[in-house]
Amino acid sequence: MPPSSPLLEARSLAATRGYATLFQGMSLALAAGEALAVSGPNGCGKTTLLRMLAGLAAPAEGEILLDGARVHPFDARLRDAVAFNGHLPALKDELTAVENLAAWTTLENERADLQAIDRALDRVALGRRSRIPARALSQGQRRRIGLARLALSRRRLWILDEPLTALDSDGVDVLEALLATQLGGGGIVVAASHQPLPVAEGQLRRLDLALAHHG
Amino acid sequence: MSETWATTAAPDAASVSAAFGWALARDLRIALRSKAELGVQLMFYVIVVSLFPLATSPSREVLATLGPGVLWTAALLASLLSLPRLFSADFSDGTLEQIALSPRPLPALVSGKMAAHWLTTGLPVAVLAPVLGGQYAMDGTELGILAAALLLGTPILSLLGAIGAALTLGARGGGSLLALLVLPLYAPVLIFGAGAVDARRAGLSAGPQLSLLAAGLLLALAAAPFAVATAVRIALD
Repeated sequence: MPPSSPLLEARSLAATRGYATLFQGMSLALAAGEALAVSGPNGCGKTTLLRMLAGLAAPAEGEILLDGARVHPFDARLRDAVAFNGHLPALKDELTAVENLAAWTTLENERADLQAIDRALDRVALGRRSRIPARALSQGQRRRIGLARLALSRRRLWILDEPLTALDSDGVDVLEALLATQLGGGGIVVAASHQPLPVAEGQLRRLDLALAHHG
Repeated sequence: MSETWATTAAPDAASVSAAFGWALARDLRIALRSKAELGVQLMFYVIVVSLFPLATSPSREVLATLGPGVLWTAALLASLLSLPRLFSADFSDGTLEQIALSPRPLPALVSGKMAAHWLTTGLPVAVLAPVLGGQYAMDGTELGILAAALLLGTPILSLLGAIGAALTLGARGGGSLLALLVLPLYAPVLIFGAGAVDARRAGLSAGPQLSLLAAGLLLALAAAPFAVATAVRIALD
């Protein structure tokens, strides 16, 4: 397959909530190494769009294609490709940061490498707090475990809901480096964010859902 | 299609057992870290079973008649008490999304969760029941039959209950709705389970009741993982 053809494509997607239409006729195409920043006011359907692309929700209309083939919700090919960081942290309070990360890694069908997990936690400056239950961590530290998860992820399609929330400037720097690595390796990032996404201008595409809805 | 990245083939036996083991180990570890909750549940069982002799009569005949029914009804209630915990914590913290998006087979993952639920709720109840049965003037054989019936019946409660718990995910007042949904489904288990000891009392064999429980268990084992997996996906959509 030629490298320029889109890896992830959506054709005339529509989303509804109850009887209200959130957006319709929404199309996008992302090639390897591209990031998409989804913006728009609260309630315009950013999270809904992300959940559709991750394969968690079925679009009301339209279709989603991965590598040119149509995928349905919970499609095996999507489940092999996607790392989804939603607005829910998926952290178990009873488990430590290391145990949470090991559980996620093995859930993604990868071998849990404790040294790699320690390195990832050091990278997000959680090394010293890695062996205490997650309930004792602050909101920002919990978000950093999510970053460590991305550092460990070998998924090519990252879907991130508000990745910058509750991160301090060091955390944003870590996220910037992670995004650069992911895009440099030919991965794709789709992120919903109210703040500017720390991605080089040449790799960044923008989608304003408020405009898409009216346009 | 690009073959640069790994793809998931149809689940084979190894990946099914790996997924089952992953969910079982994780839920057991979390349960052991929150021992208080397990203790509350067992204490509930002990107290409910012990209240009936206090409330009715100390006469051996009355207690012997009540015994199997009380021990089974309390087991149903203890199971029901723990059911909301089975999926709702994972649902509200986002873990269930990650589980459903995992390349591992979802029916195997939810089976691991159901197995952990039974090991932490059903099995302790089945083990405790013969001890508590002493309050109800039951002899050794009857206590043995009671324990066997509970060992066969409590997994059915976990399996059927998991279907209800997954179906009521995200519903407002899910807990009380769950009770309305699941308790009627528990009725056949209760009838055959309590009937096993009654049959022995009447001088008959408990075999038919135990066989029916075993058959019900096999049916639930075959169907529940797929029903729960489907219900989980619907709840997330």
